[in-house]
Amino acid sequence: MKGERVRGLAVASLGVSHFRSYRGVRMVFDGRPVAFVGPNGAGKTNILEAVSLLSPGRGLRRAGADEIARRPEVLGWKVSAAVRGLHSDHEVETWAECGGARQVRIDGKAATQVMLGRILRIVWLVPAMDRLWTEAAEGRRRFLDRVAMSFAPDHAEAVLDYEKAMRERNRLLKEGVGDAHWYAALEGRMAEAAALIVAHRAVAVSRLMRAQADAGGAFPRAELDVASDDPEDLRAAWAEGRRRDMAAGRTLVGPHRADLAAVYAGKGVPAGLCSTGEQKALLISMILANARALAEDLGAAPVLLLDEVAAHLDEGRREALYDEICTLGAQALMTGTGPELFSALGSRAQRFEVTEVGGLSQVCEMGP
Amino acid sequence: MTQAPGDIERLIELMARLPGLGPRSARRAVLMMLKKRGAVMAPLAQVMAEVAASARDCVRCGNITGADLCDICRDERRATGELCVVEDVADLWALERAGAFRGRYHVLGGVLSALDSVGPDDLRIPQLARRVRDEGIAEVILALNATVDGQTTAHYIADVLAPSGVQVTSLAQGVPIGGELDYLDDGTIGAALRARRRF
Ligand SMILES: Nc1ncnc2c1ncn2[C@@H]1O[C@H](COP(=O)(O)OP(=O)(O)OP(=O)(O)O)[C@@H](O)[C@H]1O
Ligand SMILES: [Mg+2]
Ligand SMILES: [Zn+2]
Repeated sequence: MKGERVRGLAVASLGVSHFRSYRGVRMVFDGRPVAFVGPNGAGKTNILEAVSLLSPGRGLRRAGADEIARRPEVLGWKVSAAVRGLHSDHEVETWAECGGARQVRIDGKAATQVMLGRILRIVWLVPAMDRLWTEAAEGRRRFLDRVAMSFAPDHAEAVLDYEKAMRERNRLLKEGVGDAHWYAALEGRMAEAAALIVAHRAVAVSRLMRAQADAGGAFPRAELDVASDDPEDLRAAWAEGRRRDMAAGRTLVGPHRADLAAVYAGKGVPAGLCSTGEQKALLISMILANARALAEDLGAAPVLLLDEVAAHLDEGRREALYDEICTLGAQALMTGTGPELFSALGSRAQRFEVTEVGGLSQVCEMGP
Repeated sequence: MTQAPGDIERLIELMARLPGLGPRSARRAVLMMLKKRGAVMAPLAQVMAEVAASARDCVRCGNITGADLCDICRDERRATGELCVVEDVADLWALERAGAFRGRYHVLGGVLSALDSVGPDDLRIPQLARRVRDEGIAEVILALNATVDGQTTAHYIADVLAPSGVQVTSLAQGVPIGGELDYLDDGTIGAALRARRRF
């Protein structure tokens, strides 16, 4: 056994009901990393998605509440969990009725999604993010905002406030409203939120860079930079740009247009031009840096959701990943199609077998 | 479940739309009234009909009243030169209940929201600017929600009133205000008013 293990944030038990391919299952976790093993389509990612809904937002598939409800019944769905939070343990429930919005209850009391971010911090890596460096800026911005939110849960509120005020402004632009007082009032709200957003993102980038520098050599380092406008200038830019924005029917400058640039530090090559494997390695490196920096801030590692990560790594890197997770004391929930992908973890992990029969998924803990 | 006769079902349905009442509690309330038709239901129906016929918005401040001007606007002692801007009549009532404010009010009847098609003219903001000029107002206190729409409205009003030179203040930050005033205890409302700051 290693010395004092950091008491990581963790999901102690998880129940899902009428959630995608699950009718109802309950799992108990002991805080060690967890490997979910099973064939394609068994229901492994669905479990990670359920856990991701213990944080604010739409989860790791960005799915609508109705998409998640088990078909063909479509009765609504529910995820309930006992979690080991930052300060204490909590009972968290989140669900949606058929056609309704997602709801949250913490310790039996109605709560907001933003409050979830103050209990658990969850960081994920999913195969859809493989395209992060080649797709449009929106995906990178979303990724950056998730990292920023992991350091500053208030980031979510700032982003929501900004988007709300901008949607209002865009409506004025589209309807050709000319009331300068109204624009000024909205641009003021946008500027306040933008200052927070830009600051949070800058912190996220510098924390990621610093935490990568502390890492060993198994994963490459990414040189990160976020290109965005100076929040000091935005208010004036919006005031002066109303005519131009009106022609476009939307707001053309602001933090909603920012982009995250990454360079593979060892080679000086922009991430978008790196090989598929290198791009994946950069992402893992950033996710681990995020977890490391959070563990330093909070005194507890975040929960990690690593979907199909093991399959893309050679044996050496796989072992380095597992060692890093265990050193962090992080509860990493991982998926893979075969148990051999997790053999390097030995007794350091819990294992669950996921199977599917006739469109119904089952989970069963495997012996040591 | 056995259905009550049509008229009574209709009454239950209407009652169930009231805040704080659901179908079950509406049914219970109606049943109680039916059992005490003479002592409860008839006087209630009579008062409701009277109030429905006489209630209207105060032409000056937007308070709900039974005459053209509400009691507050008619009371000369309330002409203190202070005007408190609230989103809803419920906020006005909460402030009155607390007894912490001695001036007059201006009820907007909502907040600015382009997405919900609520503009300045829907919110009695032009009337507010006129009142500041005509009533010798020295201070306008903004008691609006801390939401994006509430704060946008507050800034809009401050901007519109700027040329008049009137002092614009807002309730102390950190105190939930606006639509939530109704839920605050009287002491907290008083404290928020006393700790108001220049906007
Ligand atoms: N709303 C839903 N109702 C019922 N079944 C669903 C619903 N949404 C998804 N599924 C099913 O869940 C099954 C399992 O999906 P999941 O993505 O968890 O598989 P997986 O084990 O991660 O597979 P892979 O190894 O291919 O990634 C799929 O067959 C899918 O059709
Ligand atoms: Mg999967
Ligand atoms: Zn009045």
